[in-house]
Amino acid sequence: MITLEVNGEKHELNAESDTPLLYALRDELALNGAKFGCGLGQCGACTVLIDGNAVLSCVIPISMLANRKITTIEGLTKGGKLGVLPSAFIEENAAQCGYCIAGMIMRAEALLRRNPNPDDNTIRDHMEPNLCRCGTHMRILKAIHRAVSTSAAIAGTRS
Amino acid sequence: MTWRVAGTLAFLTLFLGGVAAFYAVEAEIAVIAPPDKNSFTTEEISRGKNLAAIGNCATCHTSDAGAAFSGGRAFKTAFGTIHSTNITPEPETGVGKWSLQAFSRAMRRGVDRSGQHLYPAFPYDHFTKLTDDDVRALYAFVMTRTQVKTNASINQMRFPFSYRPLIAGWKLLYFRDKQYKPDPTIGAELNRGLYLVDGLGHCGACHTARNALGAERPTAYLSGGESDGWVAYAINKQSPAPSKWTEASLAHYLKTGWASEHGISRGPMAAVTANLASVADADVAAIAKYIARLMDARELPARTTTSTTDTDRSFTASTDSLAYQTIADNRSPGSELFAGACGGCHSSSRAQPYGGLNLRLSSAINAPDPTNIINVVNFGLMPPQGRPGPIMPPFSGAISNEQLVELLNYMRATFSDKTPWLDLPALVARQRARLPQIENTPTHDGQADASRSQVRLP
Repeated sequence: MITLEVNGEKHELNAESDTPLLYALRDELALNGAKFGCGLGQCGACTVLIDGNAVLSCVIPISMLANRKITTIEGLTKGGKLGVLPSAFIEENAAQCGYCIAGMIMRAEALLRRNPNPDDNTIRDHMEPNLCRCGTHMRILKAIHRAVSTSAAIAGTRS
Repeated sequence: MTWRVAGTLAFLTLFLGGVAAFYAVEAEIAVIAPPDKNSFTTEEISRGKNLAAIGNCATCHTSDAGAAFSGGRAFKTAFGTIHSTNITPEPETGVGKWSLQAFSRAMRRGVDRSGQHLYPAFPYDHFTKLTDDDVRALYAFVMTRTQVKTNASINQMRFPFSYRPLIAGWKLLYFRDKQYKPDPTIGAELNRGLYLVDGLGHCGACHTARNALGAERPTAYLSGGESDGWVAYAINKQSPAPSKWTEASLAHYLKTGWASEHGISRGPMAAVTANLASVADADVAAIAKYIARLMDARELPARTTTSTTDTDRSFTASTDSLAYQTIADNRSPGSELFAGACGGCHSSSRAQPYGGLNLRLSSAINAPDPTNIINVVNFGLMPPQGRPGPIMPPFSGAISNEQLVELLNYMRATFSDKTPWLDLPALVARQRARLPQIENTPTHDGQADASRSQVRLP
C-alpha cells in the first residue's frame, strides 16, 4: 500500500511499487489530464509537479513519492475556477490537437511558481523539454506571457 | 599542513617566482593594421578550421547567448572567476590588430599582445607544442572570422591570483616552452595522435589531475581529472571502461559522441565530440590510435601495426549477450527504484538509441568515483545544443538524495564487480548543490553563430 498526496488529497493505492506515477494518476485516480505520449520521458505530455518541480510522470515510479506533494493540471482549478495559466492558454487558443497542453501548462506552472516574472529567453529555455507536434509553440509562448502579465496584474490589485 | 599554511607557501613561491620573472618582462608587440581577409589562402583557412575544431576553441571562446568566438564565457576556478576573450578579428575588442607574431606568442607562451601574462586556464601549456605551420593556419582561420564587438568581461580573481605578474612565477615552475618533436621510434600516425592529444587537443587539461596551483601533475598523465563538476575518466591503462576501447570504437565515439559498448559523451565532453564531428577522419583516427595505445600500454609494440579493418564489431555487436542479473527476486528500495525509473529503457531489448545502454557497459557505474552517474541520474542527458542525440530524462525533480543513494548502491552492486562507493550521501548532496553549474555546461560546438536565431513573438 502506497499513499500518494495528489492535489492536496491523500489516496491509498494498492499498486506495484514500480508503477509509473502517470498510470497511477490515470488508471487508479481517474486524473486523466496528464497524457501518455512516448512513455520514455522524452516528450513532456505527462508532465506534473512534484514538490513544485516539473517531472515526467511516465518514468517516475510511485515508490519514489511517499510524503511528496503531487500537483496535476486538475489541481490548478480551484472551486470550479480555472487557474491563471489554463485561462491564458484558452484565451490564446494555444491548443491545436491539445495533447501536449496539460504538460505544457504544468511545466510553465513550475517556472511561474519559482519566478513569477520570467523573460522570454528564460521561458524558452525552461519549456525546451516539452514537445508539441502541431507546432503551436508561438501561441503557447504567448499564453505563458499572458499568464505572467495577468499574475502581475492580480498581484498589483492585491497590494 | 593546513590550507592556510599551504596557501601562504604557495603565495611566497609565486611571489618569489614573480620577482624572478620581473627581469624577463615581456615586451608589447606593436599593433598592425587588421590583415586583409584575402591575404590568407583558402587552404590555410580550412586547415585552421580543422585545427580550431580539434582545439575546441569555440566552446570556451563563445558564451551561451554570444556570437561565435566572441568570448565572455565565465570560468569559475579555485582561484576566482575569469572570462574567455573575444578572438574575433574585431580591431578594438578582439584580436584584429594582432600580428602573427603576437598571436603565436599568446598561443605558445601565454603572453598577450600587450605583454601581459595569460592565466593558464588558456591551455598554452599544451599549445606550446604547436608547429609554426599550424599556428599560421590557426591565425588565418581566426583572422577571417566575422568581427564582433564586445564589452570585455571583468575577471574576479582572488588576491593574490589577481596580480598577473605572479603568472610568470607559475610559468617558471610549471611551464615548459617546447615545440613538438616527432618521436622517431613510433610511426607517423601515432606521432600525429600524440601531437594532437598533448598539443592542440589539450586532453590533459581535463583528463590529468592538477596540483594545488592548478598545474597538471606529470605523474598523473591522462589518469583522470575533473571538469565543471564532472569526472574526466582516466584515458590511459587505468580507464574504468568495463568493455575494452578499440581504435575503431574510440574514433567512432570521438566523431559521433557515442559508442554502443560504452555510451554517450556528456558533460564537458559533449562539446568536444560535437567539435570533432567536423574534424578530418585521419586526425580523429590518429587521436584514437594514440589513446587506444595508452589504454593498452602492455600491447604497445604490437599495436603500432593494428589494422583498422576490424572496425565496426563494437558498434554492431548486440549487448544482449551481457545478460542482466535478475532483478525481480531480490527486492530492495534500490531495485524497486531501478525497475520503475530506469528499467523501462535500460532493461529493455530495444536497440540504442531507443533503448538505454546496458549498464554493465557503463564507465560511470564502474568508475572509482560516482560523480558522473550522480550527475546523469539527476540531470539526465540532453542532446548537444543544436544537434540530434540520445536523451535521458532528468530525475532531480523527483528523486530524493536518500533514494539516489539507494539506487546508486543497487546499480553498483548489480552492474559492476567493484566494491561499493564510499561517502555516497555526502557526494550526492555535493552534486545536488552543483546543479546549476552542471546544467550550464556548454554542449554546443560553438562553430555556428550561437546567438539565438529565434522567431520573435509578434
